[in-house]
Amino acid sequence: MNSDVSEAIKKTKKMSNRRDFIKTLGLSSAGLMMGLSASSKPTVIHLNGVGPSALALEINPFIVIEPNGKIILINPRPDMGQGSTQAVPSLLAEELEVRLDQVTIWQSDGKGKYGDQTSGGSSSVRALWKPIRQAGAAAREMLVKAAAQRWSVPESECYAKEAKVFHKPSGKSLTYGEVADDASKFEVPKNPALKEAKDFKIVGKYAPRLDVPARVTGKAVFGIDVDVPGMVYAVMIHNPHVFGKIVSIDDTEALKIKGVQKVLKCERPMPHRTAEAVAIIADNYWAALSAKKVVKVHWDNGTIPHTLTTDAYFKKCAEAATKEGLKGEESGDFAAAFAGAAKKVEALYETPFLAHAPMEPENAIAHVKEDGTAEVWAPIQGPDWALRDLAGYLKIKPEQIKINVALLGGAFGRKAYHDFLLEACFLSKEVKKPVKLVWTREDDITQGPYRPGMMARMQGGVDEKGNIVAYHHHPIGESIQFQVFKAPNDKPDDWICGELSQKEQKYTIPAFKVSFTHVSTEIPIVWWRSVYASNFGFSQEGFLDELIHSAGKDPLKARLEMMTDARFKKVLETLAEKAKWGEKLPAGHGKGIAVFKSFGSISACCVTVSKQGAGVKVEKVVSVIDCGHYVNPDNVKAQTEGNIVMGITAAVKKGISFTNGQAEQTNFHQYHVMRFNEMPAVEIHIVESGAEPGGVGEPGLPPIAPALANAVFAATGKRIRKLPFDLNTLA
Amino acid sequence: MAAISLNVNGKNFSLDIDPKMPLLWAIRDFVGLKGTKFGCGIAQCGACTVHLEGKPTRSCVLPVQAVIGKKITTIEGLGTEENLHPVQQAWIEEQVPQCGYCQSGQIMAASALLKEKANPTDADIDSAMRGHICRCGTYDRIRKAIKRAAKDTAKANVTGGK
Repeated sequence: MNSDVSEAIKKTKKMSNRRDFIKTLGLSSAGLMMGLSASSKPTVIHLNGVGPSALALEINPFIVIEPNGKIILINPRPDMGQGSTQAVPSLLAEELEVRLDQVTIWQSDGKGKYGDQTSGGSSSVRALWKPIRQAGAAAREMLVKAAAQRWSVPESECYAKEAKVFHKPSGKSLTYGEVADDASKFEVPKNPALKEAKDFKIVGKYAPRLDVPARVTGKAVFGIDVDVPGMVYAVMIHNPHVFGKIVSIDDTEALKIKGVQKVLKCERPMPHRTAEAVAIIADNYWAALSAKKVVKVHWDNGTIPHTLTTDAYFKKCAEAATKEGLKGEESGDFAAAFAGAAKKVEALYETPFLAHAPMEPENAIAHVKEDGTAEVWAPIQGPDWALRDLAGYLKIKPEQIKINVALLGGAFGRKAYHDFLLEACFLSKEVKKPVKLVWTREDDITQGPYRPGMMARMQGGVDEKGNIVAYHHHPIGESIQFQVFKAPNDKPDDWICGELSQKEQKYTIPAFKVSFTHVSTEIPIVWWRSVYASNFGFSQEGFLDELIHSAGKDPLKARLEMMTDARFKKVLETLAEKAKWGEKLPAGHGKGIAVFKSFGSISACCVTVSKQGAGVKVEKVVSVIDCGHYVNPDNVKAQTEGNIVMGITAAVKKGISFTNGQAEQTNFHQYHVMRFNEMPAVEIHIVESGAEPGGVGEPGLPPIAPALANAVFAATGKRIRKLPFDLNTLA
Repeated sequence: MAAISLNVNGKNFSLDIDPKMPLLWAIRDFVGLKGTKFGCGIAQCGACTVHLEGKPTRSCVLPVQAVIGKKITTIEGLGTEENLHPVQQAWIEEQVPQCGYCQSGQIMAASALLKEKANPTDADIDSAMRGHICRCGTYDRIRKAIKRAAKDTAKANVTGGK
């Protein structure tokens, strides 16, 4: 075939694809949905989703330019409050040469062409830093080329700015909309030129988040706010013991309530086990909630009341702590160095199970249709994972599933676990209607999955000169890889051992060993903000503080002595300066520090406490973070502030305990979180390292609990090795 | 079931609902205003806070039959993006929200506080806001925003709003 003809066919094909897409866009009005509430009063819900074939401008899936000039950027990372709605489009906009207020931002729908789409592991900016900027830069080059050809001028005389291409010598310009059609016909440049950091106009600069006005006027649409036509409401009755068999269901009283349609047996699919459950279907949510109080479910719980307890689990962990674990890594000879140490210190650290308790409870709308397709609307962290889970559960192809991601009212890892989404699917299949399932707070707190409670056996040795010469960190407990992903447990958990390794944490202790022992539990677990770093940052930094004190050294100077890594040192030095480390404190005050690397960023903090009777008050937290390149410094600070609050909460508020096979905490009156009046003064400082981006959403959390515990020691002499502890009593 | 008359944001609604239905669900599912949020259902978190005759009130435990004929204001009635309430404006200036889910309740509590006390002390702010949970951890910014709103309102009053 003549190559010109072939090229022409290709071009025609591209154009026709493109027109199809624009048509689809027009029809779907950018995901505008008309929902009808139960009272038939129309509720218009704007949910930014993508059309089924988002390829208007065939450059890449992330940029859509309509001929009228409307520019749509696709954000592939759901926003749970961490700011991805600004962060990822900023990277695109920077290279595309548009301002964020010139574009519309849509959320991706899980389809493969958008790549990884899960907000988790503080990964959005660090994973997309290069590829998403390349997507923006490639589009810009194609648009500039199209304009240059239109004007018959060299591309070198043209430049792009604020969604227009300008011809420098003449000053004339064309909008992106005017050249998008031509641009879409070019080959996509493989190696578009990326800007140097010094030329950034958006990235790295303070900018107000454009989604904030909607979030302060009640207009932001969270999952729980979505309504779709024809939907019914569902409430779950989960077993307080999580697992157990249904013997009988008495729905006599429930069915007398106006609006209650049906009470049915259903299931809660979790990765490690499926639990039996009951659901109530009703015309409105309150009717379903009212029915929940009067449905009588007779459960056979078998031995669960004796086996599903946190005491039994921690007892097993403590037993495991008396034995050697599986070796994760070792540099030097720990056994020899420890045996030869002048001073030996050993300790057992413990951290509790914790609920995520996002302010928006788990919820989803599912419509599993009889034609074998399905559509869901939900606040989920990863539409790509959800697509995989839904396809597997419903046994249909991913192409038959449409996912609409709403905003997430907090998540912290919880909404990347799809039990609630699959429950809604089960129910929709049963009742053959769209089902809106909303968990109660009690469901959220009593059912898990939780951050795993963990123990860590610590050993360390100090020589005659006061140098730490031996260090052994031995985490013990349930593993997400083993419980959730069913990985074989004959090897140590490499997420844990990798994170705690010397390579990662950089302490140049001559004999450095990390071990792991798996202790299983049926209590459902999953990642929780900062994952294992929230458990083992505490044991690492608390125990190092013990070793340093036993060596009679200053916690900051001793840490610096053990560090050769320039970035770690800079973070610690910045912390020392900003927190005025070494300055004389008022009587009864104490300061503690900690540093930990997680998700590619180094974070350190200094907590100041004051003695108050038998307890202490948290006076101030100074946090320092080196996250390399970042998008918006104010968002880095906001995330770090959030990490301080969640970190202190995790340290001093009662966690989740299972007694007699059920969670003792059911709602916020028992599962306490930090309140407004408990907020200490905070200061956040960013170290401008210009390194490759690290995470921002999580790394600020791990150093909080150990720095607080170390501050308590400094102020009172009491060493905290078990979380949570009571600030009023230190018990 | 008798029709329940509700006055929300200055508009009257006649709803055929259970008189025991908490105001929260009437507002969300029947009036159709989604800005007021469900957080705990037991008046522990503050996400469902609305103004009842100007007073901050938890709507998740308040049966609609108790508020018939009373003036209810939700976040949507406080201000819009085009016509922001000073507290909402301050929330934007301080970039308070992360996820924003609790912020409707926080803003309703803060605006009620400022109406009662134009220049609140830290203790006043603590007392008004301690019942409102934010899991994202925006407390420090909320305090700053309340102080900013108080200051901006005072300034506007001095200059006659000019």
